[in-house]
Amino acid sequence: MIEIDGITKRYGDTTAVDAVSMTAQTGTITAIVGTSGSGKTTLLRMINRLVEPSKGEVRINGTPTSAIKPHLLRRRIGYAIQGHGLFPHHSVARNIGAVPQLLGWSPDKIRARVDELLDLFSMAPDEFRDRYPSDLSGGQQQRVGVARALASRPDLLLMDEPFGALDPIIRARAQDDLRRIQRALGSTIMLVTHDMEEAIRLADRIAVMDAGKLVQHGPPADIIATPATPFVAEMVGEADRPLRLLSLIPVTEIAEDGAADGPPLPADATLRDALSACLWTGRSALPVVGASPAHVTLDAIRARVGGHG
Amino acid sequence: MKAATLLRAGLVVLLLTLVLRPELATPLLAPLAPPDGPVIYERASLLSLSLSHLGLVALSSLAATAVAVTLAVLVTRPFGAAFRPLARTVTNLGQTFPPVAVLALAVPVMGFGAGPTLVALFLYGLLPIFENAMAGLTALPPATLDAARGMGFSRWRQLRRVEIPLALPVILAGVRLSVVIALGTATIGSTVAARTLGEVIIAGLLTSNTAYVVQGGLVVGLFAVLIHDALVQLERRLTRR
Amino acid sequence: MSAPGVAFALTGLALLLAPFMTLAANRIVAGEGVAPWAVAPMAAGLPGLLAIGVGLMLGLVRALPRLRLGGAVLGLAGAVWLLAAGGPSLLEGADQYARVSPGAGFWGLLAVFVLLMADALAQLNPGPAARAGLLGLGLGGLAILLGSGALADLSVAQEFAGRSDAFVAATLRHLALAFGSLATAALIGFPLGLLCHRRAGLRGAILPLLSFLQTVPSLAMFGIMIPLLSWLAATLPAARAIGIAGIGFAPAFIALVLYSLLPVVGNTVAGLASVPPPANEAARGMGMTPPQRLYRVELPLGLPILLTGLRIVLVQNIGLAVIAGLIGGGGYGSFVFQGLNQTATDLILLGALPTVLLAMVAAIVMDILVDLSRPKGRA
Repeated sequence: MIEIDGITKRYGDTTAVDAVSMTAQTGTITAIVGTSGSGKTTLLRMINRLVEPSKGEVRINGTPTSAIKPHLLRRRIGYAIQGHGLFPHHSVARNIGAVPQLLGWSPDKIRARVDELLDLFSMAPDEFRDRYPSDLSGGQQQRVGVARALASRPDLLLMDEPFGALDPIIRARAQDDLRRIQRALGSTIMLVTHDMEEAIRLADRIAVMDAGKLVQHGPPADIIATPATPFVAEMVGEADRPLRLLSLIPVTEIAEDGAADGPPLPADATLRDALSACLWTGRSALPVVGASPAHVTLDAIRARVGGHG
Repeated sequence: MKAATLLRAGLVVLLLTLVLRPELATPLLAPLAPPDGPVIYERASLLSLSLSHLGLVALSSLAATAVAVTLAVLVTRPFGAAFRPLARTVTNLGQTFPPVAVLALAVPVMGFGAGPTLVALFLYGLLPIFENAMAGLTALPPATLDAARGMGFSRWRQLRRVEIPLALPVILAGVRLSVVIALGTATIGSTVAARTLGEVIIAGLLTSNTAYVVQGGLVVGLFAVLIHDALVQLERRLTRR
Repeated sequence: MSAPGVAFALTGLALLLAPFMTLAANRIVAGEGVAPWAVAPMAAGLPGLLAIGVGLMLGLVRALPRLRLGGAVLGLAGAVWLLAAGGPSLLEGADQYARVSPGAGFWGLLAVFVLLMADALAQLNPGPAARAGLLGLGLGGLAILLGSGALADLSVAQEFAGRSDAFVAATLRHLALAFGSLATAALIGFPLGLLCHRRAGLRGAILPLLSFLQTVPSLAMFGIMIPLLSWLAATLPAARAIGIAGIGFAPAFIALVLYSLLPVVGNTVAGLASVPPPANEAARGMGMTPPQRLYRVELPLGLPILLTGLRIVLVQNIGLAVIAGLIGGGGYGSFVFQGLNQTATDLILLGALPTVLLAMVAAIVMDILVDLSRPKGRA
């Protein structure tokens, strides 16, 4: 569990982060969302003490971070940044093994861990182990960057705009990968992004920052349905609100028994996919793939998100 | 900023005093002169030596700038591309030649006097200017060049209106480097009988008169530092524009 | 057809019309030029002339850089052959004080073939190992040529023969000045550069001061060292005891160290700053201590730029060490300035030629080291 307790950072007269408190449960993803200058990156960097807080405390599983020497603390916390920050002069294997090496793991153990991670990120170890970052595509570099951050099985993984430099299609794939791997490993992740779409897609909890203050912290559905301030509403996007909410709800939640005509929806589709397919095919109901015949109707979708004023 | 201006003004006054009224420095230099020896160099006026020294540097640097920039322009045009690798090699190789050696090697060919100094200063001065002009002309933002071509600039117009002005600060940095080297090398020119401020230093070395050495060294050093500084200021102004 | 090759061939042919060697009555007076076909009897000189001609022609073929390289070597061999043949033949029957020297034609052809070689090599773009091999071959060939005595009749060789002990001493002294000042500057400059890299305030103060030092003309710098050091020697017996004196080695050495500091410190700062900021940030974020960051990330990535600074210093100091000859510091400069005093051209050459050779070899070797220091995976 990560507890952030009244943490503040002042630079001269300006307060970059103002008395932020929040808690992240083990095994969850928290997205910190805000515009540039909102203090979100400073908040993240105070967790691994790349920035020393002016006031307040961060506790990881009950231990205050101030009780550990900064460089030892950082070895226990994974850190992935925009533009990946890979060492251009080290091979992929050496990059991924960097923290285990700092921690003094045996070479055999490091090698095994590197191969395991490459497999996890769908990069054949024999093919990629000895390549250099400059030989990789942007998406591959980013995956190596995240693999490096996970190498020592850290208590916590911090990510600062990790997908910022990727094009939309590769970014979507990287987000899916991250979600899959996070579920498989049960990692605790705190991720900074300016992209509400990304936050909704990935996070269990979203923390919205504005001018150094934490203005709202809760599950994505709450943030979308009941934005705490006009700023949060603007971040969510007035017009996109219903669609964003729909994208959080699986069709299985409102599927009704019985067959329907038309192209079937996959079982892991969201209500947003269902709405889109209904509109596109001009039908008011579509079948859902499953063990027994099931379908979802436009009326049910409307009923699920409607009723806000 | 203000302190820098003050320092600059102080150095200019010191330099002018040393050149125009060297006798005023007698009390300072006297302890360095041999007992009963002369304190202030009197075989030639420092003013005439300074003018001759600066004249040599100015002449050679102007010629070197004209030739080097022209060559760089030619080599960076499409028809000169075949000579580009060679040009790079010549500048790399040429700059390993010590300036003193260039001067010394010019003597067997040209004899003593101002001639070999001028030629050595010119030849050695070409290299940094050429190198920088090449760098400046080949590192222009492609988008700007595309825009100029897209607007229908002719090649000559593009060169004059876009390429040269954009490369100017880099070219000037080369000129500055070249002028500073020339000021120093010209000093050594007095060993081959060119009339330069080096004469004062050499006379001091030959007669073990440290007062001469310091006097000549100070004047040359001040000229170099102030000229270097003036060119840096000029570059800054051009870059800011 | 290679455009530079055409330029070389035309220049080379024109240079064949210039005096290839000169014959002088003694070591002081100016000599009279002798055309390349007249320096030796036809039978002895023809192979040399032919090699020069064929070498120039081979340089024309653009598509075959190896052939062009071969042409350059052949042409050089031809010019040297003609020089070796011309020495004894011109001196035959001449006065005992007569001197023969290479003339403008020889020097011009030497330059043409060296440039042809460089142009061909730029085309071939050999790796560091191949360049080291070629340099070794070249120096080996030069050593064999000089050792064989084939050029012993030349005036420069006679100047050398008269003072071979002094030449060895000057060489050692020149190397001590250039390399000693390099090592000292590196010992001071690396830590200073590191400090400047870490603290912007210090950088703002130190770099302008060093660039100011670099601006002071060398003769003035060497000159100003003299009173400073004599004062030091006079006031501190300890300084005098370790050999510090107003003239000689010490002022030259210190002046060279001062000149070296800017390239060393400046390139150390530039090298450390060349590390991509995300890599540095990641290194900090993963828990590297500052020394670990320095040794694992910053130094390996900045090394090529650091070494480039040392290359600049070494080449610069080999040249500047010549000035030491003016203040009794020894080195090749003593021959250059003695030669200028006596108007003995060949004595000047005896000092200037090895300086140029040393500077070029140093530049080539340092370039090879810079290439080798480039980390894998980084172009």
